[in-house]
This record gives sequence, structure tokens and C-alpha cells, in this order.
Amino acid sequence: MNLAALLQYLVSGLTVGATYGLTALGFTIIFNTTGLINFAQGEFVMLGGMFAVSFAHLGLPVGLAVVLAALATTVVGAVMERLTIRPVAGAPAINLVIITIGVSILIRGLAMLAWGKDTFALPAFSGEVPLLFLGAAMQPQSLWVLALTLSLLAGLRFFFSHTMYGKGMLACSFDRRAAYLVGISVERMVLLSFMIAALVGATGGAILAPLTMTAYDVGILLGLKGFAACILGGLGNPFGAAAGGLILGVLESLGAGYLSSAYKNAFTFIILLLFLFVRPTGLFGRSSGERV
Amino acid sequence: MLVVTNLDVFYGRIHAVRRASLHVGKGEIVALIGGNGAGKTTILSTVSGLIRPREGSLTFDGHDLGRTRPEKVVRLGLSHVPEGRRIFKPMSVGDNLLLGAFHRAKFGRRALLDQDLDAVYALFPKLAERRAQAAGTLSGGEQQMLAIGRALMARPRMLLLDEPGMGLAPNIMSEIFRHIRALRDEMALTVLLVEQNAKQALRIADRGYVLETGRIILQGPAEELTENRDVQRAYLGREQDGQA
Repeated sequence: MNLAALLQYLVSGLTVGATYGLTALGFTIIFNTTGLINFAQGEFVMLGGMFAVSFAHLGLPVGLAVVLAALATTVVGAVMERLTIRPVAGAPAINLVIITIGVSILIRGLAMLAWGKDTFALPAFSGEVPLLFLGAAMQPQSLWVLALTLSLLAGLRFFFSHTMYGKGMLACSFDRRAAYLVGISVERMVLLSFMIAALVGATGGAILAPLTMTAYDVGILLGLKGFAACILGGLGNPFGAAAGGLILGVLESLGAGYLSSAYKNAFTFIILLLFLFVRPTGLFGRSSGERV
Repeated sequence: MLVVTNLDVFYGRIHAVRRASLHVGKGEIVALIGGNGAGKTTILSTVSGLIRPREGSLTFDGHDLGRTRPEKVVRLGLSHVPEGRRIFKPMSVGDNLLLGAFHRAKFGRRALLDQDLDAVYALFPKLAERRAQAAGTLSGGEQQMLAIGRALMARPRMLLLDEPGMGLAPNIMSEIFRHIRALRDEMALTVLLVEQNAKQALRIADRGYVLETGRIILQGPAEELTENRDVQRAYLGREQDGQA
């Protein structure tokens, strides 16, 4: 087996996997506070990329464009929660899930009207001269993607385990009623979870855009892959979901490299189905058994 | 301190509480006793804002609670220790307690919260030993202490306790009830206590109300209720001599 090729597949798998992981993280954060699967999560990823392209077109430096794109998408996430989720709070989960599907179609439609159907590229953060490593060529952007993803994960980890707000959000996921009773504003936590999910997803979309290009409709596939990553890693476990994303990216890339790239997307969904059938709690999922 | 007047609460079409009135004075321990499904938990949940009343008024220290959101009720100084304890099981004992002070957490106030944590640990030394352990691994009695400790972290003036003795061995239950008494005697807390175990509840309470199918059918000083023949027959499990 050719080591350079293997390394090449690993690197490209990890890079794409990082975005799946960030998308998956968004799914789990919202799922934890609300019990919902937010099918508009993929659109947050798309918006991150598209906003970044637009800001860069205005002549802003790429780094600033990415930051602004993430913030703009965060606002979209907040608006979505306020306008479409909060007014129907208390409705059955299935209604809310269907609302998120509706919102995703709306966002995609608006994006098509605003940006058209073209595919856009974002300049790479620090040039496009590949770095050679053991015979594999690595885009500097891949390093950016991995480094930014890891720092985002570290930041969230700190937020959830060391800040009162982070612990409060976790508390909502463990016992919503008790969260109310200790004085946590659950509504505010739900809003915050949509904002964080949008921020994380958009960042994933924006940092990947220089490598894969972006268009108004990339959200569907990225969203579904993020969802698959979340099932793989265990729904409800944010860091498991992020790891699931990386694993999924690598499997997909190895499959495309060694078997056939025509089936690249099929691998993801085969893995998704296998996990749903065989191990629905995922690799790192909490088991549902508990002491009574 | 807490005044409930002509309260009507519905669950969908079920009339769970019917024109219930009760009051709790400052520094009192008041017990609300009654069988399963009598509406005890419903009354507590309405007071703490989890359920909205259909009719009637609820005031706490002059504040109208009828439309107050649960997280605001905590801020007013009224903490609810729910039925089944509802601690955050996967989180550590320390984090559970800290979350009790959620609304008091501000930047730079950590020292104050640490002081309160130490006070709770002093009250329940078993929790101090297990502060880093996941709350779900505690025994039933310890979980109840944790639930009470978590409520105390909000620095309440009044506690609503829902079935603190549920599922506990008799000696552990007595220990919990001694603690409740001590909270009133030493920390000047006012307590509204809901219990199916009427005997234990009336032993530490000053006054009591008896609830049956959503109505308050009896009220009075605790000793009087303990002596009452209907209460004895229905809730204290005592057969009357000479009349069966």
C-alpha cells in the first residue's frame, strides 16, 4: 500500500470531516437543550460559506470575512429561534422538526435569490502552495481547518464544563423541569443553543469554502452528513458527534480513494443506516439505562 | 408569607385542584397531606410557576405569582424541591449545588458562592465527601440532601418540599425530616411540605391541610390533625378501637 496516498486520503478526510464534525456539534447542541433535530443546521453551514464569500468580495480580508460571516449566521440562528421555534414552544417535537425543515427550505430559497445558482470560491487564508509531507501534498487551508476546528472544540469544552451558562445549558438537557426550578431561563438557553449551533456550523462552512467551493444548495448534503456524523458519534454527546464527523470524513475519503469516488456519498449513508439499525446510541452515546 | 386563595387548576380537562385556599406564615412549617392524586404536587407546581392556574390568586410577600415565570419565582426567594428530587444525575455533586445559585452567579461573585457551598457542605457533610462524584451515584437519602442543598444555594426565604421522604428507609427519612426542622429553627426558613407520609409530616409541622381529590377538606394545628379520627383512619393507618 502506498503510504503517501494513504496520508493524502487521511488529510483530505480529516479536513472535510472537521466540517461534518462542526455541523454535527450544532445538531447535538440544539438537540440537548430542546430535544429537536434542527434540519436547518446544514443551511447554517451554507450561509457561513456564502456570507464569507460576499464579505470577501466587498474587499475585506478573508479572516475578517469569515468572522463576520459566522456572526451574521449567528444572528440568523437567533432570528430563526425567535420567529419560528419560540412561538410554538410546547408543541409536539414532530411539529417543530417539520418547522425546521420548512425553515431550511426558506433559507435555501432566499440564498438562491440573493446569490444565484453559481458556485463561489473563497480565497484560502494563507496561500495555496501545497506543503509536502512524506510525499503527500497538503493544502495550508487544511491545517487552518483542523486548527480552527480543534480550537472551537476546546472553547466549547471550556464553556460547557467551566462556565455557569454552559453548565446551565447542560442542566436543561438533563432535566428541563429541574432547570426551571433552579432559576435557569430555559427559553434563553434554547435561544443560546441556536446561536451557538449557527456559529459553529457557519464557521465550519466558511473555513471549508476555500477548499470545496460553495453554492446556495451545499447545505442539504452537509446537513445530512453532519446528521450521520452525529448518529455515528452518539446524539446528545457534542464531542462524540465532532469525533463522529472526523471519522466519517476519513471513512468517506478512504472509500473514495480505494474503492470508487462515485460512491463517496453512498458510504456516509450506508454508515448512517448501519448505526441506526445496529447501534442507535452511536460510538460514544450515553446509554439510556440508569439507576432508579 | 404565602397566600393561596380559591385556586383552581386544570390539566387539560381534568379539574386537579378545586377552590383551594391556604396560607403559610413566616417561619412556619406547614404540611399538606393527602393520598395519591389528591392535587398536592399540582398546588406546589402552581406556586412555583410550572403550571398556570385557571382561577384564584397566589401571592408571595405581596408579589403576585399567578403569571410569574418559574425562574423569576426562584429570584423572589421561593425555592421548590421537586418530587423525585430531579437532580442533574450525570453532573457532579458540586456542579448540581452550584447550579442552584444560577441566578446569583455574576462575574466576580464566585467567592460568595463558594461560601454558600461550604455552608451547604457543613449542613450535609456526606455531600462534601462526594462533591466530585456524579450525582446519580448517590443513595436516595443523599440525593434528597443534594436536592435540598441545591435549593438552599438560591438563598431562599421559603422552601416548597415535595415528598422529601419518598422511597427512603425509615431512619433515613427521619434524618431528612430532622434536617427540615433544623432549616426552620436555625436558618429561619419557612417551609411548605407535601407528604404522603402524614405521620412524619405532622410530627415536624406546626399546621396542616388535608387535601382530597383537589379539595382542602380539613385544616388545623398539627397536633389537632394528628388526633383527628378521620385523619387517623385515612392517613395514619390507625384502626379505631371499638369501632371498625
